[in-house]
Amino acid sequence: MKKIIIAVMLAVLPALATAAEEGFHLDKAPVNLHDKASLQRGARMFANYCLSCHSAKYERYSRMAKDLGMTDAEVKANIMFASTKLTDHMTVAMRTADAKLWFGNPPPDLTLIARSRGADYLYTYLRSFYLDSSRPSGVNNAVFKSVAMPDVLWKLQGMQEPVFTIETDADGNKHPVLTGLKLVTKGTMTPAQYDKAVGDLVNFLVYMGEPIRLERQALGVKVLIFLAVFFVLAYLLKKEYWKDVH
Amino acid sequence: MSTNNKFMAWIDERFPATKTWEEHLAKYYAPKNFNFWYFFGSLAMLVLVNQILTGIWLAMNYKPDATLAFASVQYIMRDVQWGWLIRYMHSVGASAFFIVVYLHMFRGLMYGSYRKPRELLWIIGVIIYLAMMATAFFGYLLPWGQMSYWGAQVIVNLFSAVPFVGEHLSVWVRGDYVISDVTLNRFFAFHFALPFILAALVFVHIVALHKVGSNNPDGIEIKKNKDANGIPLDGIPFHPYYTVKDIVGVVGFLIIFAAVIFFAPGMGGFFLEHPNFDPANPLKTPPHIAPVWYFTPFYAILRAIPPMFTSKFPGVLVMFGSIAMFFILPWLDRSPVKSIRYKGPLFKIAIAIFTISFIILGYLGTQEPSVGRTWLARILTILYYAFFLLMPWYSKIDKTKPVPERVTE
Repeated sequence: MKKIIIAVMLAVLPALATAAEEGFHLDKAPVNLHDKASLQRGARMFANYCLSCHSAKYERYSRMAKDLGMTDAEVKANIMFASTKLTDHMTVAMRTADAKLWFGNPPPDLTLIARSRGADYLYTYLRSFYLDSSRPSGVNNAVFKSVAMPDVLWKLQGMQEPVFTIETDADGNKHPVLTGLKLVTKGTMTPAQYDKAVGDLVNFLVYMGEPIRLERQALGVKVLIFLAVFFVLAYLLKKEYWKDVH
Repeated sequence: MSTNNKFMAWIDERFPATKTWEEHLAKYYAPKNFNFWYFFGSLAMLVLVNQILTGIWLAMNYKPDATLAFASVQYIMRDVQWGWLIRYMHSVGASAFFIVVYLHMFRGLMYGSYRKPRELLWIIGVIIYLAMMATAFFGYLLPWGQMSYWGAQVIVNLFSAVPFVGEHLSVWVRGDYVISDVTLNRFFAFHFALPFILAALVFVHIVALHKVGSNNPDGIEIKKNKDANGIPLDGIPFHPYYTVKDIVGVVGFLIIFAAVIFFAPGMGGFFLEHPNFDPANPLKTPPHIAPVWYFTPFYAILRAIPPMFTSKFPGVLVMFGSIAMFFILPWLDRSPVKSIRYKGPLFKIAIAIFTISFIILGYLGTQEPSVGRTWLARILTILYYAFFLLMPWYSKIDKTKPVPERVTE
């Protein structure tokens, strides 16, 4: 009886979970924090294309340099356009009031964006701008409807047009659903090169969301090995003491 | 007399050190048949100490100021030496505390640890649980992320549902018309103070436990069978037997705790909610507000109750009522036996339904509401209450097994 109840209850759960709204399919981001070259390319891209409007104000240039294995000179030449001191946080000069006027919304700080949105979302988002003449910026986004951000990477990617499929919903009404994107104007990069570049950028954003991540995991292995040995000793001690309990 | 003995004699004349040691550890006789479920009491104390210690160290770098709080947490995570570890120990510790306490409470439900003569012990425990929930609620505002902010907004708004005085009450709790810097300051003060009250309550809980003696998986009183010296035949001194055994439990727990801290500190959004990495924005309501997992069963109950006469108050009452049920539990159980081992099928079905209802309500509380989910939550709320309110009936007619005289292996 108990098992039947549990089985019925558990059968309900997945059905509920799948009832959630399905959005545009998210592609898997190629995140690899051990790939220092990728992180450095991502950092350069971040400085060139993002850091003029978006801040990363909780991260210091010096920390990034140390974690990514870059020299101070490299950081100064390639990343630091807005600051002079290596220990500065990665801030922007744009004032919030101006940002509100120009974009409607001030561009959010990106230090923790990978932790709040997830790598796959960012990877898909940055590759999913499409032409939409109804928007003030001339573009819309497949995963972030009516986004205020213009497509700053269009020169690299080129321009995409939306592909709509007519779908019938539960009530029998037909309506167009955005199911794909088609490249109509070529950019300076091939689609494969562009995916790789965005992959590097997202990799860097994931790093920045939690700079300690690799160190944390490495320490975790040691801690667990210590605890495993401790566990065996604690268990043997307990067994020894409990020999005389009958 | 050795120097050591002289020293202890000097102390004992002025403070009952040896007496206390013996009464509560070396000569406190606990049943010898404790099983896996009996680890969670000592683990709860361990996690409380962890929370207090890591909390004090976090407070050394945290800024309870609406303009600085969010950044100060990132300062702890990035610039403070080992700050990331202390903060993860605290944030994962909060969830671990609830997991351990939920299992501790479930143990009590299974083996009838709330029954006479342990009613007061159980009630003190429920008060501890309430104090924990309050502490966790105050603490969750401190990171000043979007979920911190809007979660607090939703919960403090519950007070506004109280008839007649509600609006004034919610303003009084917040200190402002919305959650603001004023609220953050007072929540920080409460979050810092409450754990010490919690520690005092734990002390009272243990004093009560040592007065009545520990229950056990058989739910029988070991004090009924004593030897010539007045020592329970089925009892063993807590120290060294259970101290060495609890070390095993502690290390086992630490393995799981460390695995989460070092490899999944956010637990996929369950321990650290993703939207909480966006700083609090009073002008931008998130599309979906959900409390942290340990509150979601009660949140699901709250949302399940429809407003009556345009008032949310019934929902608030039903939610708090679901916790209040634990207070009257000792007087609802009419079974002649304490432990699930000797209770009949009715109780086993009831506790299974209750447990599953609690878990699914917890799941529903994390999800956005829909018509189907709201109805499911209503049914589960009824089942949750049925476990308690029908207990006087089903526990009385249930077919129980005979209870042995002495504890079993």
